Amino acid sequence: MTETIQENYLTTRGRYKGLLGWILSTDHKRIGILYLISIMSFFAVGVAIGVLMRLEMISPGPTIMNPDTYNSFFTLHGVIMIFLFIIPGIQATLGNFFLPIQIGAEDVAFPRLNLLSWWVYIAGAIVALLSLFTGGGTPDTGWTFYAPYSLRSGTNVTMAVFGAFILGFSSILTGLNFIVTIHRMRAKGMTWFRMPLFAWSSYATSWIQVLATPILSVTLLLVIAERMLNLGLFDPAKGGDPLLYQHLFWIYSHPAVYIMILPAMGVVSEIIPTFSRQKIYGYKAIAFSSLAIAFVGYLVWGHHMYTSGMSDTARWIFSLLTFLVAIPSGVKVFNWIATLYKGSIRMEPPMFFTFSFIFLFAIGGLTGLVNGALATDVHIHDTYFVVGHFHYVMFGGTGFAFFAALLYWLPKMTGRMYNKKAIFRSWFFLFIGFNMLYMTMMILGWKGMPRRYYDYVPRFETLHVIATVGSWILVTGLIYFFLTLIKSVKKGEPIGPNPWGGTTLEWKTPSPPPLLNFVQLPEVNAGPYDREPVEATASAEGGKES
Amino acid sequence: MSAIMSGSATIEMIPHAHKDHQGARIGMWLFLFTEVLLFGGLFLLYAVYRNNFPEDFHFSAAHLDTFLGGLNTVILLTSSLTMVLAVAHLERNNRKYASIFLSVTMLFGVVFLINKYFEWSAKIHHGLYPNSEILQSHTPGENVFYSLYYLMTGLHGLHIIGGLILLGILLWRIARKPRRKLRVSGFSSPDLELKAENGDTLWSHGDKEAVNQVEMTLIYDHNEDVVDRHSIKLENAGLYWHLVDVVWIFLFPLFYLIT
Repeated sequence: MTETIQENYLTTRGRYKGLLGWILSTDHKRIGILYLISIMSFFAVGVAIGVLMRLEMISPGPTIMNPDTYNSFFTLHGVIMIFLFIIPGIQATLGNFFLPIQIGAEDVAFPRLNLLSWWVYIAGAIVALLSLFTGGGTPDTGWTFYAPYSLRSGTNVTMAVFGAFILGFSSILTGLNFIVTIHRMRAKGMTWFRMPLFAWSSYATSWIQVLATPILSVTLLLVIAERMLNLGLFDPAKGGDPLLYQHLFWIYSHPAVYIMILPAMGVVSEIIPTFSRQKIYGYKAIAFSSLAIAFVGYLVWGHHMYTSGMSDTARWIFSLLTFLVAIPSGVKVFNWIATLYKGSIRMEPPMFFTFSFIFLFAIGGLTGLVNGALATDVHIHDTYFVVGHFHYVMFGGTGFAFFAALLYWLPKMTGRMYNKKAIFRSWFFLFIGFNMLYMTMMILGWKGMPRRYYDYVPRFETLHVIATVGSWILVTGLIYFFLTLIKSVKKGEPIGPNPWGGTTLEWKTPSPPPLLNFVQLPEVNAGPYDREPVEATASAEGGKES
Repeated sequence: MSAIMSGSATIEMIPHAHKDHQGARIGMWLFLFTEVLLFGGLFLLYAVYRNNFPEDFHFSAAHLDTFLGGLNTVILLTSSLTMVLAVAHLERNNRKYASIFLSVTMLFGVVFLINKYFEWSAKIHHGLYPNSEILQSHTPGENVFYSLYYLMTGLHGLHIIGGLILLGILLWRIARKPRRKLRVSGFSSPDLELKAENGDTLWSHGDKEAVNQVEMTLIYDHNEDVVDRHSIKLENAGLYWHLVDVVWIFLFPLFYLIT
């Protein structure tokens, strides 16, 4: 195909030129890209710290850093990856870019608030990073800031916590904006049940962002107040109860896990119908399961605290509720598989990464049940098993879905296609390295290796070496993957509006989309995944080109 | 509006200054949910500790000044009334009375803070603050009570200050001479023109060939626009003010009246 790239949101000049035209733009597409660049930069930092930690663990005793540095590193890795990368994650980047387009809107409901949320994100990130170099130095409490240690640590916890507090605002603003956008901005004919499933998952995510984040905000405020005023609300000597901190923290931080995974599930629900040329199986079941996950996920925080000394009644209720969340997650996975049945499956890069997602997420989900059961959790609590499980869900799940989403949508954002063969090669490194690293971690944990330890007994050494080598392979894959994508931004082959044969609205506008998303405002009169037989043939040819 | 747009039927006018009042209301209510949850975390702490130390809470509450607390309750409730009156007057296009009632609301807010200041300083003067020597010699429950007291009324006070700033900005905007900037953007067609009412062409497509989208800024004066633009903002600010009021309605009995 010899497509040329039309006038679009990247070339149309707004009120400002150059860099200002980006950082002061209220265009949701530009803000999405701002988020993408900032989030990816922090991801790179988080990966680098993770690799250094793995290198430290390659042999017992000191290898490349001292124990205090190691404590700071696992705290930093957690804070960066959780608060700066995966919570804004898909929602703030690709959600910002594609949610309005998918529902046929020209922008979000509050464009200026949208820009503000990016600025707040950057402000929070700067405050969090300043905590590394000021005060008592990098926090060493772990990303959970558990009381009482977070109240006593001599490191600069106050500032790091304040940074996380600010980041919470950014998340709330994005969620609020998206809810109003979905309620008020849908195009003519875009009924609730004609919305693409990515929009549905984004909707559920937004509600969690709005309803859970304030609890984290107040908890973090309490940490700051305790450190500055020494109130004693979490100090038993003064009548306080440290366990209450854990409750407050996990009331937010467990739903936050669903802030991270729900958009990923939305992405998968988009990619599978496109590349199997099928209508999604069980549209409503998938849509409602997102809401069910959002709702039940609110009530399971106690499963982080089985060994903290809660009452037995509380423990089994939380365990029961935890098992309940597995049901809507299972509904989604079975519906995805059912969509593939008798489909005309195309193994394009996004589909390949989506299958990896299902495989890795299934492992993550099933090991989650091991954690959720009371008896087994006591054995593996605070071990590498939990670390492995968490990375299977967050990296193998959300991470791989994020990559799949980038592969699926980046051509739409830039108007250019990447080198598909290079992506397949990078997948090989990513997948092998990933499993070598985190599967080994789970085995280590099962054998009794505790998390966050700087040193270990020699019998764990072989497994630690395997995991560390795995981390190198994984990083090779990451570098290869992102270099390929970055190269495509400038040098890729120009593509038409619909390179994959997708059916949702973003494929009915040019690539890249014009400033206000559509040349002609769309009117919707069919479901999101309904396709004409003729259209399928035409796009099948488009798919063959490389 | 002193200018008219002419052009073919494909032109769509999408004012960037959004006009979706219902959307703005939904947004505000969502924000209020987050505020409720923010305070909710502290109310949760209160519930747990009140359960742990019922006697200490009763005993400490007896030391709070019910008169000042009650007075502040009356002040805040009245300020909610004047807030509603300000909103109602602005909706009826009466900027003058809206400004007056808004000022009265702010005055009540300031008086509330002054009362709070005297209340807190009296307590601190008597050595009743977390970790004070007096409280350390008492039971831990009293220390927890005062920790919560300062935290929750303090956070509430910060919200009053935030509300005052918000109302101040709105007061300034509503009271000053109205001036309006309208940003218009849309899809253009070759014969798109912007004309003043006397027929002068203010802007035309001219011979710029490849323009397919237009964005322009109109600045003009119009009295009723103030109402149009600010009534929803004032309404939302009012919602916020009522929320702060409602939080106090819960704080007052929980800290002052449980003796």
